Amino acid sequence: MNPITPYRWPAPGTQPEHLHSPYLSSIKRSPTRPLVRVPHTLSEITGPCFEPQLVSSAAHDLTRQHKGEPLGERIIVGGRVLDENSHPLASTVVEIWQANAAGRYLHEVDQHKAPLDPNFTGCGQAITDSEGRYRFVTIRPGEYPWRNHYNAWRPAHIHFSLFGPAFATRLVTQMYFPGDPLIPFDPIFNSTANENSRSRLISIFDWESTLPEHALGYRFDIVLRGREATPMEEPKK
Amino acid sequence: MSLQATPSQTVGPYFRIGLQWLHCDNLAPDGVVGERVVVQGRVLDGDGVPVPDAVLEIWQANSYGKYAHPEDQQDKPFDPGFRGYGRVPVNRNGGFRFATIKPGPVPGPEGREQAPHLVISIFMRGLLKRLVTRMYFPGDARNASDPILNLVEPQRRATLVTSPSADGSGLLEWNVVLQGVNETVFFDIGL
Repeated sequence: MNPITPYRWPAPGTQPEHLHSPYLSSIKRSPTRPLVRVPHTLSEITGPCFEPQLVSSAAHDLTRQHKGEPLGERIIVGGRVLDENSHPLASTVVEIWQANAAGRYLHEVDQHKAPLDPNFTGCGQAITDSEGRYRFVTIRPGEYPWRNHYNAWRPAHIHFSLFGPAFATRLVTQMYFPGDPLIPFDPIFNSTANENSRSRLISIFDWESTLPEHALGYRFDIVLRGREATPMEEPKK
Repeated sequence: MSLQATPSQTVGPYFRIGLQWLHCDNLAPDGVVGERVVVQGRVLDGDGVPVPDAVLEIWQANSYGKYAHPEDQQDKPFDPGFRGYGRVPVNRNGGFRFATIKPGPVPGPEGREQAPHLVISIFMRGLLKRLVTRMYFPGDARNASDPILNLVEPQRRATLVTSPSADGSGLLEWNVVLQGVNETVFFDIGL
């Protein structure tokens, strides 16, 4: 067996802790005992692999899953998936889900009094290309109230889920929109102490992907953990 | 070293919308080699209340102890029908059940063998980042020398080992207890 090259541990404050008491749901669901630190073994540096055919080429367009077009502002969300060593991560699955333009999820638990949209489910999948790029077409999700505290509102956001190359790189996160006035008040956004790190969660308005007379573009680059030591070979271009 | 990793955020309560297309509670379709096992259990919060909105993800080697991943260079057979991946949401009562095969042993630190195990991620509303744990098999003599189990204080190791169901059905039972006396051991893998 080759020796294991572990993935890097995060610098303090650059990822949330499990317990973040302003986010009330974390209080009864966070472990109270210290986690047991383990070295990365073959079990952690490997992870599920999915063949590109698993993701249909239409799955990236959330505006074409029904007879009609969903209500709301059509947007394009894209970017690159990289590791901390700036290597693009090719052929990795990206899953998203979101509320509709009125701030309502197509889920029985969501009882917010805002209309469902018969033309919007709110989920999509993509697989990154050889340069780590992905792209979705969707609508801008609405903000919505939640019960965390008095007059609590979630900023507009899209949920992202990525596997990366290993069990150790699996990431679920949320993407926010630039200029959203709710962001500074959101305990979930604020759960990461380091300001530079959490600013990674805010997408950037992007002229390059904006399509004339069609849709605004937002760029959201996602960085997964990198290896402790840079591999010897150059990343594939 | 140049970029800083994107922070984790909770899956929230509505993850099923985005994750159900890859649900998989039968990891070992017909034809996969190995001893079949069915695991069931519940996820319980700090008040002992079942968590109705959690999802487990499973990663494991095949029955020969080989992972379906290019970095597993061991000279062991592939099992073409076996990906080693599972994604299992809990039901309204916090219960889950999945079917798989018992994996073979895989190498561990310093050339020591690891006992057969599954690595498991747990996501739910309230968890800003996933929890990571492991599931081992009851009565396997190799558990005693497993290098990861041996990092855990002895009285807590039982939380990582499934128990044969008391009803004699052959099911394996394994609960995820988030807090309290029987709190499951969760691992720091650097998240």
